[in-house]
Amino acid sequence: MPTLTQEYACRGIKMQKLKIKKSMLSHLLPGLASLAKRGLAGWLVILGAGLVIAVIVITVLSPVLSPYNPSGLNVGPRLSPPSFQFPFGTDDLGRDMLSRVISGGGIMLQVAILSVIVCVIIGVPLGLFSSYTGGVIDRFISLIMDSVYAFPGLILAIALTVVLGRGVINMAISIAVVYVPSYFRIIRSQVLSIKETPYVEAANAAGAKKRTVLSRYILPNTIPSIAVVATVNFADAILTAAGLTFIGMGVSVEIPDWGWDLTNGRNLLPSGAWWVITFPGLMIILLALGFTLMGEGLSELLNPRLEQ
Amino acid sequence: MERPLMTVDALTVEYWTRKGKIRAVDNLSFSLEKAETLGIVGESGSGKSTLGLSLIDLVPFPGRVTKGNIILKGKEVLKLQKDNLRNLRGKEICYVFQDPMTSLNPVKKIGAHFVELIRTHEPQVTKQEALKRAEKLLRDVGIRSERVSDYPHQLSGGMRQRVMIALAIALKPSVVVADEPTTALDVIVQAKILDLLNALRDAYGMALILITHDLSIVLQRSDRIIVMYAGHMVEYAPSIEIYSNPKHPYTQGLLNSIPNIELANQKLEAISGSPPDLLNLPKGCRFWPRCYCAFERCRREAPPLIKSGTEHFTRCFLYAEGRKT
Repeated sequence: MPTLTQEYACRGIKMQKLKIKKSMLSHLLPGLASLAKRGLAGWLVILGAGLVIAVIVITVLSPVLSPYNPSGLNVGPRLSPPSFQFPFGTDDLGRDMLSRVISGGGIMLQVAILSVIVCVIIGVPLGLFSSYTGGVIDRFISLIMDSVYAFPGLILAIALTVVLGRGVINMAISIAVVYVPSYFRIIRSQVLSIKETPYVEAANAAGAKKRTVLSRYILPNTIPSIAVVATVNFADAILTAAGLTFIGMGVSVEIPDWGWDLTNGRNLLPSGAWWVITFPGLMIILLALGFTLMGEGLSELLNPRLEQ
Repeated sequence: MERPLMTVDALTVEYWTRKGKIRAVDNLSFSLEKAETLGIVGESGSGKSTLGLSLIDLVPFPGRVTKGNIILKGKEVLKLQKDNLRNLRGKEICYVFQDPMTSLNPVKKIGAHFVELIRTHEPQVTKQEALKRAEKLLRDVGIRSERVSDYPHQLSGGMRQRVMIALAIALKPSVVVADEPTTALDVIVQAKILDLLNALRDAYGMALILITHDLSIVLQRSDRIIVMYAGHMVEYAPSIEIYSNPKHPYTQGLLNSIPNIELANQKLEAISGSPPDLLNLPKGCRFWPRCYCAFERCRREAPPLIKSGTEHFTRCFLYAEGRKT
């Protein structure tokens, strides 16, 4: 077997990069299979990821999958209960509930993904910087973050959407503002312990720059926590997004959305049409459950302190 | 006479805590020749690690060097600008830390540590060249060169300490400070690591500062020894002198507690008591409450460092002018 050096010596840089990519994939795939051997936590991750992927696939393929136009009025009789023709029934405007359930997750997923990205982009560097610098700067940033954290999440998000207005991006921003502090706090506490470890001290003693220490030594060691917070945060973001549309602060009514169907279904529930509220609600629960299971499983797998 | 490689003059390091200033290193001076091994011995809290860290101005907060001078190759270390200081660390003075298990970044391969260290100080070196050098260094410390692509958790404690040593000598520094390099290792690995350090010292011509709490380790392997007690240097002498003619009662106590294979019915003795609280030091000599030959003067005033032989300094009134032992 040729050693690594020989490979380096006889191959170009391009080939190396290819090899790294290949080896990463070949490392990851058996890794996924071995999740099942990690006990309950591994199964939780698999189950959660399965749910999430299923919902995402359904939502992405909704134009193909939905039997009727989800926004089309009077495609069937009004308020017909579940039947062979309309498996999830129809609502008061004669819209097919199955099509609406299939395509209603788009906005919510976009909002959740966007807000998590914004959260990671803002919260992680802020936590790294604040914690590593320490002193007055750290206290000041922590104070701001803690004050945001003290607000009830949904109410703060509602207030922000009122100010910013409707729309996917505005919803994502207001949800991101609510959840940045949780990233900040986790990263900050992680960095507090990582920056005291001997390998960071050794890096300093070897003359590493502050930037290098942060990016090469501290950040990579916080990635497990970031992954855990992000998955749990996905579930929260989805529930908050649903809450926002439920009270009419989301996107406009023409776009099919589970949150809006919940509002509609609640009004129709007294008349006995349980199917209008049940199926979109179940979808929200499934999606949030998927992310939560994934997050819980990951945190058990990645956080050695919880193992004991 | 040739100028020594490194001189430390009246070095004082204090930790400024809420309860008061703690003097962890008090007025300490020594010099280090090229390719010399200097042993620093003392119990926990005697300031030996703080001393080691202060040599590269890396004393952790709230500690600071309040007085003194460190001159390495004609440069004053404590007056260097931040960038120059960073160049000095890792290139001129290298550190081997106490705990090899956690001194390597767990998310980076062994080779990546070398690449980063070498490229930080010599940016013109390519990654391939740095990896080549890493493999050679690993072979020098007795590790197969394929191990560059392993992660730290795939190595044993002794191997990790070897990697730390390889990292320390990677840039051919003039001084390597080994802060209790063998504490976390078992006795056989310990001896191997220490022999390795000495062999590398000869091969690379660097000076070695060996910080330890175990006098027996440094007796064989160092040229000179500093014995520290409560922040003070209590004895400074060539190691043969320390072994055959220990002067300070504390050093004598340390030697009596080491088993000697040549003495059949040796009774090992411990020094009674425990080291003083640095916030609340005894008046006079810091060692007198535990000293078997303390007398009136020890309680009243602190002894200075007294020349008690050629190249032998002792901080004890027993060797003061006009007094016979």
